[in-house]
Amino acid sequence: MTYLDHAATTPMLPEVLAAMTEQLGRVGNASSLHASGRAARRVAEQSRERLAEALGARPSEVLFTGGGTESDNLAVKGIFWARREADAQRRRLVVSPAEHHAVLDSVEWLVKHDGAEVTWLPVEPSGRIRPEVLAEALGDGRDVALTSVMWANNEIGTVNDIAALAAVSHAVGVPMHTDAVQAVGQVLVDFGASGVDALTMTGHKLGGPMGAGALLLRRDAECTPLLHGGGQERDVRSGTLDVAAIVGLAVATVTAVGRREQRAAQVGALRDRLVREVVAQVPDARLNGAALDDVLADGPGRLPGNAHLSFPGAEGDALLMLLDARGIECSTGSACSAGVARPSHVLLAVGADGERARSSLRFSLGHTSTEADVDAVVEVIGPVVERARRAGLGRR
Amino acid sequence: MRVLAAMSGGVDSAVAAALAVDAGHDVTGVHLALSQNRQTLRSGSRGCCSVEDSHDARRVADELGIPFYVWDLAERFTEDVVDDFVAEYAAGRTPNPCLRCNEKIKFSAVLDRALSLGFDAVVTGHHARLSGGELRRSVDAAKDQSYVLGVLTPEQLAAAWCPLGSMTKDRVREIAAERGFAVATKPDSHDICFIPDGDTRGFLARRLGSRPGPVVDAATGETVGEHDGTYGFTIGQRRGLGVSAGDSEPRYVLGIEPVSRTVTIGTAEQAAVDEVRTGVPTWTGAAPVLPAHVEVQLRAHGRPVPCEVTAVDGGLRIELADAQRGVAPGQSAVLYEPDAERGDRVVGQAPVAGAR
Repeated sequence: MTYLDHAATTPMLPEVLAAMTEQLGRVGNASSLHASGRAARRVAEQSRERLAEALGARPSEVLFTGGGTESDNLAVKGIFWARREADAQRRRLVVSPAEHHAVLDSVEWLVKHDGAEVTWLPVEPSGRIRPEVLAEALGDGRDVALTSVMWANNEIGTVNDIAALAAVSHAVGVPMHTDAVQAVGQVLVDFGASGVDALTMTGHKLGGPMGAGALLLRRDAECTPLLHGGGQERDVRSGTLDVAAIVGLAVATVTAVGRREQRAAQVGALRDRLVREVVAQVPDARLNGAALDDVLADGPGRLPGNAHLSFPGAEGDALLMLLDARGIECSTGSACSAGVARPSHVLLAVGADGERARSSLRFSLGHTSTEADVDAVVEVIGPVVERARRAGLGRR
Repeated sequence: MRVLAAMSGGVDSAVAAALAVDAGHDVTGVHLALSQNRQTLRSGSRGCCSVEDSHDARRVADELGIPFYVWDLAERFTEDVVDDFVAEYAAGRTPNPCLRCNEKIKFSAVLDRALSLGFDAVVTGHHARLSGGELRRSVDAAKDQSYVLGVLTPEQLAAAWCPLGSMTKDRVREIAAERGFAVATKPDSHDICFIPDGDTRGFLARRLGSRPGPVVDAATGETVGEHDGTYGFTIGQRRGLGVSAGDSEPRYVLGIEPVSRTVTIGTAEQAAVDEVRTGVPTWTGAAPVLPAHVEVQLRAHGRPVPCEVTAVDGGLRIELADAQRGVAPGQSAVLYEPDAERGDRVVGQAPVAGAR
């Protein structure tokens, strides 16, 4: 089997499995005062410190959550609520329309149910948000509760210059959140240096467990809780700490960040060959997002493992099905809760038409990817695209 | 053989897919998303292709260990089935949307796509016998769905597979239960899937608005009432006419005239017809030699009636051995060749144009 869907989830690292297995056999609630509780607490706090260090944060800035979706919800809703409570005119959210649904739907929920307004930022065809565009959208910033722009896009892999965007936002006194779920472990992510106020990350995209993530939240950031209860995480997030998952999250983060440069070079080379040879087989295939060699000040402008291509005239879901039948696993981007393939909102946001958005596939490479995986795709992509083109989805 | 299993999330298509797997085929499950506004949960036996139905189908596919995908055919379903349904009622006819869906969606859009993707056949959970290209009634007369498949052509039937026609619905549920499918006890679907509340008249009123007109009693020639839209009526309808005739005899809808919006009602005697005229027929196999003595079924769940069929002006004239009520333009006249042993064979069908 050829697994090229690492952006959906990537295999757990062996060191994570070992560390978690060791913890799963132990008893102890990290909030308990006795010896077992203290032992659990110690392990959780060590993990917090290691994770903070790997991401340029202070331990007190790490809030453990149930994953990326929870972290995004907490940041968007929590900071909106807290900022508006402090000043009722701060009702506006300034957000990229290419965000993950965890951000988009949180924003739309606030608009629908809680009196928020939203300004959608114009997106470059590459998928990037330009700082001057953000500055214009913010205006004097007095009515803005929060800026939210993702570090790296989950579909097309475009990396934003987060430090520049955070500086623009701070210039008018507006805090900024970034969803860095795809960025951590793939590009340099330094929370402190970036200047952002809140950062979402999760474990299972970098070799850790599912259901474990973190929100990095600056100590001075105001954030109203979503989950009330024991107040375990700085009184911003409640719930008994899942010590084994937290250990797994920390080990995965430290490992992925430590091996980042070497891994990025390997995965990037595979990705470049994949794109080159797929385009050689299907000459009218088009790469979506930033160019493969695009660069920002401190690193690549595109995630090294991301190859997002449109195959004009072929339906993405037909391509996916035909590749699946040949043992190649990739993704079409978004699917609704019922599994219906939808044209990607990210591609629509960067100005692609519905046809191109519907004809796209994402191949995402990761730590287990090999030359043989690339060979497998190159071998079948030509006939698969040809077949899919003959099978329009009931369209006229 | 590479087989595409169309899986609605119901028990029939689940068992059909399972039988295809058992037969050793390479099976892929597909759920068709047909509704533009999918409801999260289904309510009782009504509605179709909710997210819950999609999950039910996926559960079965996962248990069978076969790939499963959702195909979004909502746009095409809306154009070919829902809009056609509304237009037919607006024109004073009585459409059969299930037949239209089989003709245009399941055995056309889906079948075409399956064949071009490299599948050899589409397997469905319809209750009808299909073998050697011959379409016949199910052994379970109460669940027989051959009527709504009567519109299929030889080419469509050649790539279709309906493994449930030789068993009763009870047996289908038994098989599902034996396999531990959660859908074994799921209620049967009935009504029209895109009208989940079952209120067809209300649905049409929302789409077509109020179009009032007179109700005329053919027995007396008098206007006996008003209606809100001819789309609320079907030929042969007796209940809900909203008028009372001067005598005690029941009244039936005899005719619907969409331009003057006149609904004509009359007595049982006036409602009876013994000759049906149709539009252009389709045949499930080679066209039969006409005139022919066969049986005709004039609506879903209608009784078959012996008849003589003659070719007239590109359509058919069907002379009924027993007079019938409720022969509505827009419905299909499905012709059967009686066969007690192997099941009545579907010869073909033609859309009813009129009757007298």
